[in-house]
Amino acid sequence: MSDKKPKRREFLFTASYAVGAVGVGAVVWPLVDQMNPDASVKALASTEVDVSSVKPGNTITVLWRGKPVFIRRRTPEEILEAKSVKMEDLKHPEKDEDRAKDPEWLVMLGVCTHLGCVPLNDKGDYDGWFCPCHGSHYDTSGRIRKGPAPLNMEVPKYEFVNANTIKIG
Amino acid sequence: MSDHEYTPTSKVGKWFNDRLPLLTLANHLTDYPTPKNLNYWWTFGGILTFCLITQIVTGLTLAMHYIAHADMAFESVEHIMRDVNYGWLIRYIHSNGASMFFLAVYIHIFRSLFYGSYKSPREIIWIIGIIIYLLMMAAAFMGYVLPWGQMSFWGATVITNLFSAIPLVGEGIVTWLWGGYSVDNPTLTRFFTLHYLIPFLILGLVVLHIWALHVPGNNNPVGIDIKKPSKDTVPFHPYIVIKDGFALLMFMIVFAFFVFYSPNILGHADNYIEANPMVTPAHIVPEWYLLPFYAILRSVPDKLLGVVAMLSAILILAVLPWLDTSKIRSAVFRPLYKQFYWILLADVLILGYMGAMPAEGLYLLIARVATAYYFLHFLVILPVLGFKEKTLPVPLSITEPVLGGSPNLATAKHNESFDK
Repeated sequence: MSDKKPKRREFLFTASYAVGAVGVGAVVWPLVDQMNPDASVKALASTEVDVSSVKPGNTITVLWRGKPVFIRRRTPEEILEAKSVKMEDLKHPEKDEDRAKDPEWLVMLGVCTHLGCVPLNDKGDYDGWFCPCHGSHYDTSGRIRKGPAPLNMEVPKYEFVNANTIKIG
Repeated sequence: MSDHEYTPTSKVGKWFNDRLPLLTLANHLTDYPTPKNLNYWWTFGGILTFCLITQIVTGLTLAMHYIAHADMAFESVEHIMRDVNYGWLIRYIHSNGASMFFLAVYIHIFRSLFYGSYKSPREIIWIIGIIIYLLMMAAAFMGYVLPWGQMSFWGATVITNLFSAIPLVGEGIVTWLWGGYSVDNPTLTRFFTLHYLIPFLILGLVVLHIWALHVPGNNNPVGIDIKKPSKDTVPFHPYIVIKDGFALLMFMIVFAFFVFYSPNILGHADNYIEANPMVTPAHIVPEWYLLPFYAILRSVPDKLLGVVAMLSAILILAVLPWLDTSKIRSAVFRPLYKQFYWILLADVLILGYMGAMPAEGLYLLIARVATAYYFLHFLVILPVLGFKEKTLPVPLSITEPVLGGSPNLATAKHNESFDK
């Protein structure tokens, strides 16, 4: 056998493997991607909520994308408490102003950033929320203060459509 | 596989066997030489096979009545319990069967740990076993989600969220697993599909597990290599078949006790409340058989490291044959290992108890100490023990302690090499 022939064959093998890999990838991807959120799930992207009946010191919970959203009308004491926290005391430093555009209203996903449980209102060592699953404490701004959760409760994209209505999403 | 050539006696049998040697396989399984000193801890392989078949048969029949939809799943399970003929029985066998399966597998695993069955040349049997155990946990977890009760929903939420601990891609993986932005109908339907698939994967692995077992043959309580067949062995049928059968009957009494007298004692009352994404139950606990790993997860105060610790606790078992440096298999001849074995068993039981308790105060402290000890056992104690421990003299054969001498020279020679 001459030197040329094996090289040709090697090239053909490599080229065949490469085409085969592309083919396999093209078939596998739809099988994997079908598990991602479908069009009907994505269509439920925003919710409007009437908050006119919420009194200071109360929280309402609404469902958005299958997850609870806490809407709390905070009392002046709670706002003061949230604003007076030093940044260096926070595990995930975020200013209260950045979390609540209108300080009276705190809107956030009611989902513990540890493993996704729903924290309880007005509980815990920091007057905010307490997650019963694995013991995470959140303050009056929904920031993580103690326990295994790594992050503050997430603030979703939301806006006041008018004085009484919040649009989440 | 078999030590002698097998020829079927009938003409038809010979004709068939020449084309597909199923009869040779059947003959191998009946004549399979088994150490004659196997005790009742060795009967759990057969018991586990029974458990798997029970789960498949009851699962298939339940699937004829169950509806995998978030709006109907909970009701369809109640429909099975109240309306379907013997539905209550089939479902209670299936749900308690999962617990019985794990009870048997834990005994099977700890048997292997005591008698060193995972050591050379049986590492592949052991690793296949660990894969089966992982698949069992996946199947059990997904099965627990199907009734769509509160514990189903929140258990699914917590466990799938474990993947969010992975840096960068974690959140994407969780969304992909859910098929949405929370555990919902797409999650339920895919869990049902996988729950249906996994038992058949396990069945395939069980075949490999037994195949790999039949290459070197069974380990035994003395933990020595034996010549097969010899005075040290008995044929699988009828000796082991009868022994396994008797043990299975005893096991079925325990099984039936749970099914008929306390079918819900191993479950959680919260799972009779339909799933509600707005309210988390006050105290989320997994099923009892996952509690030790749950305790390890909670004892680490960091999210990612907690998940890593929990997974490592299981995966460390896969490399156990190389962590245990001792050449002597059976704990009977390892006075120090024997004590550490019982400490490990106690440690795992303590972890299980702590996993059921709230993660705070003294419970958390004990769970942390127990977690540290668990890893200490596998990563430090076992490797060091192989070099430091003074083991007792190992008999030359199974019959030697009784009759003296070894019936075969190969074994005697092999064991002499250990004595040095």
